[in-house]
Amino acid sequence: MIPRIDRPGILFAVIGGAGLALPLVQFKANRIVAGEGLALPAALPLGWVATVVIAAALAAGLILRAPWLRLGAAVLGLGATVSALGGAATALTPPDDTLARVAPASGFWLMMLALSLMTADALTRLRPPLALRWLLLGAAIAAVAGVLSSGMLDGISVMREYAARQDMFLREASSHLVLAFGSLALALLAGLPVGVAIHQRAAWRGPVLSALNVMQTIPSLALFGIMIPIFGWIAATWPAAAAAGVSGIGIFPALVALFLYSLLPVVANTLTGLSAVDPAATEAARGLGMTRPQVMTRVLVPLALPVLLAAIRIVLVQNIGLAVIAGLIGGGGFGTFVFQGLNQTAMDLVLLGALPTISLALVAGIAMDLTVEASHKGAA
Amino acid sequence: MIRIENLSRSFDGKPAVQDVSLTVERNQIAALVGTSGSGKTTLLRMINRLVEPSAGRVLIDGQDSRDMPAHLLRRRIGYAIQGHGLFPHRSVAQNIATVPRLLGWDKARIRVRVDELLGLFGMEPADFRDRMPSQLSGGQQQRVGVARALAAKPDLLLMDEPFGALDPVIRAKAQADLRQIQRRLGTTLVLVTHDMDEAITLGDRIAVMDAGRLVQYDTPAQILTAPATPFVRDLTGSGQRAFQLLSLTPVADLRRPGEASGTPIATDATLRDALSECLTSGREALPVAGGGIVTLDAIRGAAAE
Amino acid sequence: MTGRAILAVATAALLAFLASPASFAPVFAPFTRNGAPAIYTQTPILSLTLSHLALVAAAVAVSTVVALALAIAVTRPAGREFLPLARTITAVGQTFPPVAVLALAVPIMGFGAGPTLIALFLYGLLPVFENALAGLTGLPRSVTEAARGMGLTPRQRLWQVELPLALPVILTGMRLTAVISLGTATIGSTVAARTLGEVIIAGLLSSNTAFVLQGGAVVGVMAVLIHAGFQAVERLAASRAGRA
Repeated sequence: MIPRIDRPGILFAVIGGAGLALPLVQFKANRIVAGEGLALPAALPLGWVATVVIAAALAAGLILRAPWLRLGAAVLGLGATVSALGGAATALTPPDDTLARVAPASGFWLMMLALSLMTADALTRLRPPLALRWLLLGAAIAAVAGVLSSGMLDGISVMREYAARQDMFLREASSHLVLAFGSLALALLAGLPVGVAIHQRAAWRGPVLSALNVMQTIPSLALFGIMIPIFGWIAATWPAAAAAGVSGIGIFPALVALFLYSLLPVVANTLTGLSAVDPAATEAARGLGMTRPQVMTRVLVPLALPVLLAAIRIVLVQNIGLAVIAGLIGGGGFGTFVFQGLNQTAMDLVLLGALPTISLALVAGIAMDLTVEASHKGAA
Repeated sequence: MIRIENLSRSFDGKPAVQDVSLTVERNQIAALVGTSGSGKTTLLRMINRLVEPSAGRVLIDGQDSRDMPAHLLRRRIGYAIQGHGLFPHRSVAQNIATVPRLLGWDKARIRVRVDELLGLFGMEPADFRDRMPSQLSGGQQQRVGVARALAAKPDLLLMDEPFGALDPVIRAKAQADLRQIQRRLGTTLVLVTHDMDEAITLGDRIAVMDAGRLVQYDTPAQILTAPATPFVRDLTGSGQRAFQLLSLTPVADLRRPGEASGTPIATDATLRDALSECLTSGREALPVAGGGIVTLDAIRGAAAE
Repeated sequence: MTGRAILAVATAALLAFLASPASFAPVFAPFTRNGAPAIYTQTPILSLTLSHLALVAAAVAVSTVVALALAIAVTRPAGREFLPLARTITAVGQTFPPVAVLALAVPIMGFGAGPTLIALFLYGLLPVFENALAGLTGLPRSVTEAARGMGLTPRQRLWQVELPLALPVILTGMRLTAVISLGTATIGSTVAARTLGEVIIAGLLSSNTAFVLQGGAVVGVMAVLIHAGFQAVERLAASRAGRA
């Protein structure tokens, strides 16, 4: 009997097959010369092993039905692809050569795409319980950290750029985190009380929400730009502020710009969450003798929590992405590498900024999704 | 005992309740009835100060309700509302435990009390304790709402249309249960309803409100037989009055010696039940459980009073 | 009513500024220092605005067509198998930062409008797809059943029942895409696309706040207008679909 062909499997096989045919890596003798593309299996010794594993994984996607097996095959394929990339870099770079560059090329990205899609598809079919999904997320983070720290990818151009500016990378990474999480914290601090206030005073809703909406329409680039002279002026006018580190250059303008962008989701969702609470529940809470703060903390906030967490998810993912723009105005963060790389047409440097940003946004998004789901269960 | 003295309240200059005075004796049920907008709910909410009176005062066991902070007052008074207002994020047990926890009872005492109340309302504690409100039927939610109101053993219970969201069959059962529990616990109960039948079934006394004023405060029989104003007469519904009146008297009151055939009727059934039974079975007299009969003629006489 | 008045004033101001930027010099002069020019003149702002809008319009049009086709495909019986996967990709895809997508498109497309168009297209796919999916899967069962019962072919059901009913929701997706693209397109100037971002970046490089403000204001006002325009069309579509 011929096994039934899995339709999404066809998609993965086509993308992955194209990836196998296209160059896995691009080799340059130095940063300036034009590169040469090398496909699997020729890119490394024993390249045919990786080729076979990846092809088998894609074939498994075509015929296997059991989600666990599909997941296993996809993860195996991902492992083989990453190993091949590392192996190719080691094999192609002459010993003690610091000029040669081996960069992942279209074939690598397509195979990663195909196998990641297959992983995501298998996970969707599995519908794992919440706890297992947390575990899987943790396992994925641990796997990436393991691969990076094992040194098997050290020959890859991005990792070489990283090795060359390790200290700077850590500094920009922490600025990026400060920008994304700091602005979120500020937005919660300011936005929650505002949301509560406009919930209690309907007359303020229109003006407050309109003002915040208009703020969202200002392009991020301009909002970041406007903050520079404002902070410069503040620093120049109040010596105390300048002494506290406030200035037109540095992290402050970016932080405040991100804060302003975050206000609308926080305020609007606070209002939505509070408004969705059944008035009978609040009435009963008051009638049973809860004080106003008790009604807020024991009834309204827990019931509005899922919507609040959804706002935190939106803001966090959005700010991790927008914080890249801080790199353009000297605010630090991963954007520093992105824009430096764009200026110098050095794609490795762009990747050094873009890949951690995307990973961070992805992890934050998934973690917050899981948190929101957990809170729904709590409130159900 | 609760004593309402010259209570008034207006909203934005419009009077909602005007100069209402009434007394509810201990262990009694007072039903506040009236059309919507008559001020009955505002009057109820002034008792636990969810609405602060513009004038007048409320004495609970002789003590002015303004002598203590409003939230402490409310913890002493049970409160149940239409649509139950259960907290959807808390289990049945946590909902019932709301006031005891506010009062700082210890955990063991709270657990015992929760189980006791669940038992009282015919809900198996082991089965219901940890359910969420969304996992209950409408009737069960309503019972948990009342159990929550009674959790801290209040002497006084306020209810605002507690059965409004229930279908007629469950509603009748809920009314009977409430009556029984109220008698057993000796709770004083003030109940708002727009349903005259409910007021007659449950109320020891009925307060009829119209346009913010108390137009009559009397026993159900007096309300039916001697309405103070045309409004009260309309509210009781002219076509229904005879039946409402019959529903106030137990069969036992009209029992007399004699013999009749067929299934006997219970002594605590009302004359309305007996009438219905006579008509459907085509009998002139019914045997009463434990001896004696009740006749159609006697019932007719009672209705014509 | 005040909302409409504000929109009218904003439109008038925008058109006047685009027609004759120089006459707005006194407005922006206070934001310059050391006698720097108050109005950006390297490239006419009108032409930047038009190419900005063209870029956004092209991206929105392409993303709408592709996203709608995909949404229709995964809601047909033949494509149902792809539905869960499509949902996952949509959810994950939206967490990708637009700036990163833009930067990553450069090696494929080179500098210029290309990577911007790619980034805007990819980023614009998701809102339309998500909303089209919601619109097409959220139809009342009674309606689709009735259509089947009356003997409409699958194709007729799609064109005569499903799409018209889903239209308001699809338009909402297009609105989100358009407004996001409008702002994101400014970043395209960092990879040499001709957009209003050029004005803002020129302001950033020369510390000329006036440039930053005028670039930002033009984009912001256009975003508000496009938002309002789409909402008006959505209301119309909703009333046609019998929902309002």
